[in-house]
Amino acid sequence: MSDLFKGYKGDALNLLKKFNVRVWSDVEIKSSRGDFRGIILPRSENDDDKHLVLKLATGYNVGIETGTINNIEEKGFKEANYKIPEKEFPFSPEKPNIKLFGTGGTIASRLDYRTGAVIPAFSPGELYGAVPELADICNLSTEKLFAVFSENMGPEQYKILARSIGEEIKKGVHGIIVGHGTDTMHHTASALSFMVQNSPVPIVMVGSQRSSDRPSSDAALNLIHSATAASVSDIAEVMVCMFGPTSDEYGLLHRGTRVRKMHSSYRSTFRTIGDIPLAMVTRDKITPLRDDYSKRRSDKNVNILPYFEEKVALLYYYPNMQPDMIDTLIEKGYKGIVIAGTGLGHVNKPLYPALERAKKAGIAIYMTVQTLWGFVHMFVYDTGRDMMKKGVIPTENMLPEVAYIKLGWALGQTDDPEKVRDIMLTPVNGETTEGEPYNGYLVYQGGIPEVEEFIRKFHK
Amino acid sequence: MYKKLNHDENKKKTRKRIGYVPLKEGTPKLYKGLGFKCGLEVHQQLKTEKKLFCRCPAGKYQEGEDYDAEIVRHMRPTLSELGEYDGTALMEFKTKKNITYRIKNETACTYEVDDTPPFPLNEEALDISIKIAQLLKTSIVGELHITRKQYLDGSIPTGFQRTAIVGIEGKIPLKGKDIGIIQLSIEEDSCREVSDIKHNRIYTTDRLGMPLIEAVTYPHMITPSEAEEAAHYIRFLTRSTGNVRTGIGAAREDVNVSITGGTRVEIKGVSHIKWIPALTHNEAFRQKALLEIKNILKERIKNIEEWDIANIVLNSKELKNVKNSLQDKIESGYRFMGVKLPGFREILSFFTQPGKVFASELSERLKVIACLESPNIAHSEEDSPLIDKEYFDILGEKLDCGDNDALAIIWGPQEDIETALETIRERCLLAFRGVPNETRKSVNKDGITIFERVLPGPDRMYPDTDSAPIAIKDEKINRIGKNLPSEISFREKKMRSWNIPEDTFTYIHIRNLFPLLERSIKDLNYPPTFIGTLLGHQLKNLEGKITPSSEFDFNKIYGLLEFCEKEGYEKLLVKQMLPVLYQYPNMDPESILTTIDFKKKEKEEIISLFPLLNKKFAEISQRQNKNGKKLWIMGRLQPIATGNISLKDLSEIVEGGLK
Repeated sequence: MSDLFKGYKGDALNLLKKFNVRVWSDVEIKSSRGDFRGIILPRSENDDDKHLVLKLATGYNVGIETGTINNIEEKGFKEANYKIPEKEFPFSPEKPNIKLFGTGGTIASRLDYRTGAVIPAFSPGELYGAVPELADICNLSTEKLFAVFSENMGPEQYKILARSIGEEIKKGVHGIIVGHGTDTMHHTASALSFMVQNSPVPIVMVGSQRSSDRPSSDAALNLIHSATAASVSDIAEVMVCMFGPTSDEYGLLHRGTRVRKMHSSYRSTFRTIGDIPLAMVTRDKITPLRDDYSKRRSDKNVNILPYFEEKVALLYYYPNMQPDMIDTLIEKGYKGIVIAGTGLGHVNKPLYPALERAKKAGIAIYMTVQTLWGFVHMFVYDTGRDMMKKGVIPTENMLPEVAYIKLGWALGQTDDPEKVRDIMLTPVNGETTEGEPYNGYLVYQGGIPEVEEFIRKFHK
Repeated sequence: MYKKLNHDENKKKTRKRIGYVPLKEGTPKLYKGLGFKCGLEVHQQLKTEKKLFCRCPAGKYQEGEDYDAEIVRHMRPTLSELGEYDGTALMEFKTKKNITYRIKNETACTYEVDDTPPFPLNEEALDISIKIAQLLKTSIVGELHITRKQYLDGSIPTGFQRTAIVGIEGKIPLKGKDIGIIQLSIEEDSCREVSDIKHNRIYTTDRLGMPLIEAVTYPHMITPSEAEEAAHYIRFLTRSTGNVRTGIGAAREDVNVSITGGTRVEIKGVSHIKWIPALTHNEAFRQKALLEIKNILKERIKNIEEWDIANIVLNSKELKNVKNSLQDKIESGYRFMGVKLPGFREILSFFTQPGKVFASELSERLKVIACLESPNIAHSEEDSPLIDKEYFDILGEKLDCGDNDALAIIWGPQEDIETALETIRERCLLAFRGVPNETRKSVNKDGITIFERVLPGPDRMYPDTDSAPIAIKDEKINRIGKNLPSEISFREKKMRSWNIPEDTFTYIHIRNLFPLLERSIKDLNYPPTFIGTLLGHQLKNLEGKITPSSEFDFNKIYGLLEFCEKEGYEKLLVKQMLPVLYQYPNMDPESILTTIDFKKKEKEEIISLFPLLNKKFAEISQRQNKNGKKLWIMGRLQPIATGNISLKDLSEIVEGGLK
């Protein structure tokens, strides 16, 4: 029954019932503002109950206020059709076989023009329809693992994803693509970096910053870049493949443990922090920027380590943080805390007793820096040394989110603080590095003549 | 066997066949016979401080190389309702246009380059659009829904324009009848095109996002002059709000034309209303020509499904027939293709518009869709300066041409040739159907149009998922409705009742001077015709000649009129003072009087000069012609009298003195 009145409630719903019309009715409305003719569209649940939404013959939508409506007459009924057509994805024996796992983010989609609903395209046939260039690169097969929003990705999903990737590798796939919403892509990228080790093939994570239903979307190009990376690159690591500059020029392959989403809406939001990216990627070429990566192999060996302890917290320190923040975590039975400290890795003195209590409770405490760039240096000031005495362990230049994921992964394997410490401080794949290269920190400031000149010539 | 054709003769013959006459010979009967129908989409920028969906300033333009950064994008067609790409859209995508946006930090933020979702809609712009919606007598919506209208040409970096309906179903009164308004929408303006050469199109983002209204009329105009009248009316109406931008590009019309059996063709971005009659007139005949071509082809080709072009690559020996002007193309590796168009004899040189033939339709599409710069085609029905004429005979044999076939040669970079051939094929196939759905652009004042792009399908509108609906409450409508300007038709009626000459109306509407006129007439004691012509003639004239030292506020004229009346100056003095005021808007009236060397004199003082002048005339003049004497004396006294006494009084004084 509710389906007849999708999204309508209160006054608007009563009105629809009163005049015996429903969603998709083609109606003529007489109102004190004039007459309107169109099809009643579903209404967003979050909008008020004071308006009906009509799609006019011109394609525009308008809202009519319920209080102004004197009469509604149904002239017809036209229900929207949500089907997405498929075209068979062409197979050619000489092209590499690539597996695309879906997690819920839309990398390709079709729009329902009547409702504006975005219908995700996911099956190979659907993707081929949306991005036919894919067939020039690889043979694609797909599997939808879950349909969750990026922010709802968590340990359960990480584990399933890791196992599924392992199975595909054992079957001899040539490369793997993981479609993912962008908000937490870097969390999943680091989880996979730890859970899928020694992969013989590239594992490429990809998403889009601008919805794939728009002509200017980055989705198609990202997908093409990721297919190229999975097919032809010899970088057998977990990577994130997203726009380099905001222009449609090239993508960057970022190491899964050093990448972070750095802008809420820019296309070029993903950046390698404290290091340089692995490679540049275009439609047909990979240009490595470094050579210290794991090379592609022809075997099918891989280590899948799907462990995760959920009772781990990431605490973003701020001046005047109260000790009860930590006490609460102790009380709730947390096993690990990653702190994103100020500067070189600090918190204020009033927290010290709480840190001691945490240590006594057996909680593993690791320090990262909220500056994102740079190392934790706890020997520089006494405060740092004090903290280390209280059991806080510095994590070099591991990014806070990465440290959080790694601690969860480590505690998922063992409770032994020494073993956890070993795991945490032994780099799996670049989450800590021996040093930071001079060009690992490049955040340009606009306005400076040489920067302006650079921006005018090259694309940011 | 391929046969030569007297194409000049054919051009004349076909021009006659469709009954083409120049615009000035067009009669209502002629247009009725054609089934001429025209509708308008009037775009008008609103005068707001900021843009519609971001807080960048509106109305600041960058010129030439003045930009801070460039961003490159490509527009990918999204799937249509049926899950198919539009054929031409896909072709255009394959040829791949690189769209470069030149941004200036002052007028662009991350919104302009589609790197951030929209900010809340500019309320100032919404209020103005509601005002115009009321003037157009539309039914105003209860809730504004921001909609995305897809554009693949790159003129908007998102690939769609954000637009929303404010009101629907209104009308405007023309002299003879009412014209229906389909809708009024508020939308963001697009980028300005800098250039479009081969695969590279460049835009600036300064204009992008400026608030605009679009008023769409029904196709109720049945003659070109009606279309012009309606365009003027809507322009006057928007100007009457005082809240719209003026100047080049601030108002643009899209003109839709169709004839019986034809298709709605949209002529985009007409920036001068006076171009509309010629444009619509010629478009009607272009459609007529295409319908005639369809009839001929139908007669010749029975099975359209089997129709196809045939083509060969010209080899190096054959390229010797290419004349010198194209040698550089051969050297840069261009591919030259000979193309047979079965059944198109006498069609390629079929008259379509003054100076254009059907082959122009092919050439224009090659430029837009296949990115081949003009000249891009030579054919058998012209005296081509590019290909040796005799060669078409050889080509005709090679391609096994029949009596009814035509030949073309096209050239371009190898990677574009496939699209080029497909473009030719598609346009020829469309000829079997008559008038293609397309947008065209006007190129000059003579009303000639060229192909711009294929009209996007009807399913190009979809809701903007980035913005919530905005309720438009009665209170808001009523508040705005209280301050509506008077209607244009009312204003004209009023001016006629004041005996103000009609030739002043356009200027008075365009500059929205009616409120000033009305107030002056109401408050002051000048004759209405005096103020009407002061504004509609003298001010208009000054505007064309003098550039004010600072922005001229028309209300200063009221101050001038008020000053002269208060001081008891005669009205003609206003006309002497106005040029100075216009040039130096900040000059006070007293200083203006000094500038024009005015001296205040009593009537008696002027009369006292009379005997002296009388005597003087007697000295210098041989004959004692009474009328000549009057004129001479008047001429001497007038500069002193202006502002002090009226011409009429002066005349009476002189007359009296001569008795």
